Amino acid sequence: MEDATIEQSTKYKEFILQFLDKFKAGIGLLALVIVMSFLSDRFLTLPNMLNIFRQVSIMGIMAVGMTMVIIAQGIDLSVGSILALSGAVTAGMMAGDTSIVLAVLIGLAVGTGLGLFNGLMISKAKLPDFIVTLAMMSIARGLTLVYTGGRPISGFDPVFRSIGGGRVGRVPIPAIIFAVILVIGYLVLTKTTFGRYIYAVGGNQKAARLAGINTDRIKIMVYAISGLLSAASGVILTSRLNSAQPTAGVAYELDVIAMVVLGGTSLIGGKGSVGGTLIGALIIGVLNNSLNLLGVASFYQEVAKGLVILVAVLLDSLQHRD
Amino acid sequence: MADKLLEMKNISKSFPGVQALSEVDFNVDKGEVHALVGENGAGKSTLMKVLTGIHPDYEKGQIFYKGEEVRFKNPAEAQKAGLAIIHQELELIPELTVAENVFLGREPGRGWINRKKLKADTKKIFEELGIEININKKIKHLTIGKQQMVEIARAISQDAEIIAMDEPTSSLSQQEVKILFALIQDLKEEGIAVIYISHQLEEIFEICDRVTVLRDGYKVKEQAVADINRDEIVRQMVGRDVEDRFPDFKINDGKPIFQVKNLSVPDLITDVSFEVRKGEIFGLAGLMGAGRSEIARAIYGVYKNRSGDIYLEGKKLNIKSPGDAIDRGIYYLTENRKDEGLIPELSVGENMSLSILEQLTIVKSVISKRKEKNLVKEFISKLDIRTPGPWQLVKNLSGGNQQKVILSRVLSTNPKLIIMDEPTRGIDVGAKHEIYKLMEELAAEGVAIIFISSELPEILNLTSRVGVIYDGRLQSIIDGSEVTQEKIMNLATGGSS
Ligand SMILES: Nc1ncnc2c1ncn2[C@@H]1O[C@H](COP(=O)(O)OP(=O)(O)OP(=O)(O)O)[C@@H](O)[C@H]1O
Ligand SMILES: [Mg+2]
Repeated sequence: MEDATIEQSTKYKEFILQFLDKFKAGIGLLALVIVMSFLSDRFLTLPNMLNIFRQVSIMGIMAVGMTMVIIAQGIDLSVGSILALSGAVTAGMMAGDTSIVLAVLIGLAVGTGLGLFNGLMISKAKLPDFIVTLAMMSIARGLTLVYTGGRPISGFDPVFRSIGGGRVGRVPIPAIIFAVILVIGYLVLTKTTFGRYIYAVGGNQKAARLAGINTDRIKIMVYAISGLLSAASGVILTSRLNSAQPTAGVAYELDVIAMVVLGGTSLIGGKGSVGGTLIGALIIGVLNNSLNLLGVASFYQEVAKGLVILVAVLLDSLQHRD
Repeated sequence: MADKLLEMKNISKSFPGVQALSEVDFNVDKGEVHALVGENGAGKSTLMKVLTGIHPDYEKGQIFYKGEEVRFKNPAEAQKAGLAIIHQELELIPELTVAENVFLGREPGRGWINRKKLKADTKKIFEELGIEININKKIKHLTIGKQQMVEIARAISQDAEIIAMDEPTSSLSQQEVKILFALIQDLKEEGIAVIYISHQLEEIFEICDRVTVLRDGYKVKEQAVADINRDEIVRQMVGRDVEDRFPDFKINDGKPIFQVKNLSVPDLITDVSFEVRKGEIFGLAGLMGAGRSEIARAIYGVYKNRSGDIYLEGKKLNIKSPGDAIDRGIYYLTENRKDEGLIPELSVGENMSLSILEQLTIVKSVISKRKEKNLVKEFISKLDIRTPGPWQLVKNLSGGNQQKVILSRVLSTNPKLIIMDEPTRGIDVGAKHEIYKLMEELAAEGVAIIFISSELPEILNLTSRVGVIYDGRLQSIIDGSEVTQEKIMNLATGGSS
């Protein structure tokens, strides 16, 4: 009788632990929101919430691609540079009187192409992902500087500017684009064969290949998607700033990877979700916003953000240590 | 009541949805070899993991070691106290060398590693064991058998008082098994106790003093090996009589449906040609490393630099990748379940459906959860897979059940030719015979099977012809009516029969 209750209670405990484990990123976010709502009365307002969502959307879009890359046991350090080059090419095309639609499509194609190149180098030439995308980070940044001559390209048609600056009702358009990409990313990862193969390749590439999966193709596609989404972010950023900056997106890869990892996607591969990445993105967003509202100087903000990431990853590894 | 070295009392351990151990008692005396047997999933590995601190969170029970109560919180603590374990799924680091793995975490030298001593010490251990091995080679370049020997060397080198061996012989050659048994004898004489887990019951009678039987997480009985016979152990394991016989041998005179001609892969296999008939079980025998798996892999499209021709049902096939092979109706069941079979972080169901996912869709590329679930349910019941449900992560199943999951993946594609590479490795008696029966059934349905095994009795009893491989070449094909163990061994070691 007594034993039965002990067993019962350990089962109960186990259940709660599992629950906490699964939603710990969400719980962290919730805690952050609650604390902030006491610290600042400007925090928990609809405009501020929408603002946060808009701010994270550019990196969040890239983080969806990065989630797929990391689940497939890869890493993409070139996202920030691809963002800059795609934005610059789009801007340059428009300055040269190409139509908006065509300019945007060319910008997206450039990003996809560079991602494809990353994927080919990694899967076919069997080079380490870290090195390939590090090289691409430098190449794409260099090409951006060459293409722009080191100067920003500014001043666009209002239609184009509405992509990054417009709203539907009160909702910023970038936030809507982010939401759509999140949903697509979620569906791809959970409902499609391609999504399943991403997990399989990341979980055990050798086994996936012997099970008949074209593992090279999956890897190439994942990097191409990351390139495409980086380019999309580049277009949005260019539109929002009404200017393509040659230095746009510098060090974005760090925040993007942080979003993915905070969301519980494992750098070892084979595990993770887009839902987690959304939470990770919001944590970064809320943190930036809070530090601003509290008037913390921006240099300290960097330190604070780094510490939060460290603590989150530390908690995760403490839990999974055995 | 001799020298009781270890006493585990009333141990219970559960996982979500599984009661892995229920009030199990287990004792080990100084200098004895104590066998732990039971079906796949009976809880053998879990009991060892509880003992060695990998599962410190067992709900109930006590462990006494040298008369004192202990509860090791992690493997390092257990190791320090003198408990070493050789895991069922090898835990070596593939990118490190043999020497680095043997002394992992215990490297000689302070601050920096004394590489000279590291190598010298490692060399000495292997010399004492009588094992030839290049200690500077990376683990990933060794055969599984050799990797297993490295694990064993690592355990020995820890000066342990108890060494738990979880299925140590499952991928050893006969030669290596002999070495291991001699080694266990030596350990015994030094007063070191060995806990020995194996599905090869013959081995129990060869080297063990006592045997404890587990069934479904309960201890059934502990007894001296001298007081029991094989059938009785099996009965205790399974809880009923099992048909522990090979199916009747049948001559196959079907039409050839599969042929390879002049199959070669530089440095691995040379000029291999043979054919397999419809509904035939064709054996490939040979020593470990002779090139049996390489032949299978060459057929399966793993190597880019393969030459030679492959025909199925009279048509010449152009197989460039495993995906191509599967599409044409050929499937290779790997011998290396952990490294090349399982996707550990995916569920039982997701692991099963992987190879025919494209057919389990609503529209192209969109998975139909319903179709997938039906398939998974069908195979879980057909192969009697013990899992709390299809959602369970495959890494949480016992070894034998994992094998059945991979086998389901193979069967789901309805192949015309299956190449089975050591399919019964690490599988309990009952399940082994289920697999034999399954092979018979498949053959009766007309499926051709190439059967690679290091267990000669299996080869002798199940196949209608046996090809013997030596040094990457097909030495000879022996007809089922003339095949004997001696003939195979003679050819497999380079002789001509
Ligand atoms: N980490 C885990 N999480 C969930 N279930 C587990 C875990 N480890 C083991 N189990 C379950 O506990 C039971 C006992 O497993 P265990 O590995 O001890 O069996 P075993 O006797 O070693 O079998 P085998 O002969 O196949 O190796 C099985 O049902 C298994 O699925
Ligand atoms: Mg086991």
